[in-house]
Amino acid sequence: MTSEGVAYERRSAAPVIAPVRPRKLAKVPFVELAEGRLQGVVSSGSDVERVYVSSITSGDHGLSCNTNNNRPCGGLGGGTYACNHLRALADAAVAQYGLDRVSRYLKATLPDDSDNLWAGLHTTTAPNRAAEVFSGFLRHLAYLEVPPTSDPLPELHWFPAAGAVR
Amino acid sequence: MMLADALRARPSGFDETFALIDGLDDALIHGLARIDEERAAALESIAAAFTGSPLAGRVADSIGKIVAGTVTDEHLAVLAGARSALTGALHDALLTPLDEALGRVREPWAAPAAPPPAGQLLAGGRSWLRELAIAGWRGVDHELAGGGAQAVQALLADPAGRRAAVLLDGFGAELRSAAPVATLDRVPVRRWADLWSRAVLLTQDTFPAPETTPADGRLLLLGVDLHEHPTVFRAQAHGLLETPGGQVRLVRAGVAAAKVDTISGPSAWRMLAAFPVFRAALAEKRAVEVTGMPLTSTGDLLWDETRAVPGEPVDPFAVARVRLGGVTAASTAPLDRHPAVIAEPVLLEGWTAGPESFELGGVTLAVDTDRLPEAGPLTPALVAAATACIGLLRWDAGRWAVQPLAVQSVVRKKPVVAHTGDWALGPTDAKAAKAEAAAGTAVDVLRERAGRLLRK
Ligand SMILES: [Zn+2]
Repeated sequence: MTSEGVAYERRSAAPVIAPVRPRKLAKVPFVELAEGRLQGVVSSGSDVERVYVSSITSGDHGLSCNTNNNRPCGGLGGGTYACNHLRALADAAVAQYGLDRVSRYLKATLPDDSDNLWAGLHTTTAPNRAAEVFSGFLRHLAYLEVPPTSDPLPELHWFPAAGAVR
Repeated sequence: MMLADALRARPSGFDETFALIDGLDDALIHGLARIDEERAAALESIAAAFTGSPLAGRVADSIGKIVAGTVTDEHLAVLAGARSALTGALHDALLTPLDEALGRVREPWAAPAAPPPAGQLLAGGRSWLRELAIAGWRGVDHELAGGGAQAVQALLADPAGRRAAVLLDGFGAELRSAAPVATLDRVPVRRWADLWSRAVLLTQDTFPAPETTPADGRLLLLGVDLHEHPTVFRAQAHGLLETPGGQVRLVRAGVAAAKVDTISGPSAWRMLAAFPVFRAALAEKRAVEVTGMPLTSTGDLLWDETRAVPGEPVDPFAVARVRLGGVTAASTAPLDRHPAVIAEPVLLEGWTAGPESFELGGVTLAVDTDRLPEAGPLTPALVAAATACIGLLRWDAGRWAVQPLAVQSVVRKKPVVAHTGDWALGPTDAKAAKAEAAAGTAVDVLRERAGRLLRK
């Protein structure tokens, strides 16, 4: 008996999350597709203590960009023309998840043969979500401080380590 | 009994039991708030199946209340418990003939469970699981998918909550990636019902912890299985413990680290920096002398670096050939029994290669190529060229499959040996090492950011 006859619906180890692709993190340390937004954190080019918190909403393509101290980004200026941070965020998301998954999540319809996400975005302005996204980033970083464990964790049999695309 | 017979066997009542489970799982697709007649009948047939068992009254009562529209934590716990009893029966029906074929002595479960740890952190998880059950998978939107986040944060802060935290976090990540599920093409129905029902049981205040006893002896490793979801990486070794009393016991020893999704592949090993003896034993194939290391009644060594001393190199294939037959193995904890937790180490030789499968005494044993991790050197090509394989026998998707942990292969007329744990101290292959060095900077970047931003 082979697995072809058995539906995805009846597999305990059915894959759900595609493995993320490796990418450089220095410029955009954090990207996620969550809460109906592509959102993340972009390092400031000039100040190591500062980061920009940028997001694009799914559907409306509402743009938002602010510093972690909640100052509006001068580049975006509350407008609908993406700043460098939003462009870097989108590039990082495409590198990490692939163009298909990002455009599907944002409900962006790309022109045929286009590999430019922005060509499928009809941008609007969106409310500032910097505080939420930034606290999400801090939670993300906090995982690196959780101590390791030797607990048997039997449920991890449902989570085989990501395979390579070879 | 030959291994092929065990792999071919279809235990009696097997399909009927899965049909009951599928009925329950299907009810969770559209949620317990909307149970149509067909789903109600499926749930009632579960209650009927428990007639005469000690659980009969509670199962019938809870299912009756759920069908009538009263979905409480207590009713859901009974429902998850009933599902667990069914998966447990399937687990035993699969494992018993396998043990017989492998000459494996399975110790009966006799361990009195240790008292459960304090559970005041579990209520948040339970209420999220209840909301999920009521809404059903198709009702999971961004908000509901993210609803377990606070419970996970609280559980992660407490070592006793780690098991529930790791499960809820992995499950939540899948729901978040799939939300809104209403528009998803296909729903992983059994998988999410598995994860949900285990989470319901784990978040009960009365969920027992396994008992431990200190173990001494020489640990001979057979191989390592790697597990991962966005926020965890775990290396779980399978090995034989030769005790001073002359017993040979099949044991596992695992170490897990929290991580984030951008740390994956070979660089994930960096997150296990706290376990140099464990990693070196895997990479260098060394025996380990353990002294007073806690061993659970489920056969899991709770790895403690201070109780482990690396010894001589020992070839896992030699260990498997000489010592694996007739070993003593521990039982799975009663509430953990499920076909998907079966991972029995075996040595396979003398098969005829098929397409992603081994033809073994008239049985086609699938090779689970989805379980060849990027963090190790095993590839489908190496497995296809193999003449001997140490692997884990697993059961899913209606059939047995082998997950290779190590292979002896012939590549360009030269013998090649590869083990999943070969890269535990970093890739030994130049190309993979270069990629790992580049990816590994992710860990450094994130640690630097954490250092600047977390302590403000
Ligand atoms: Zn900006």
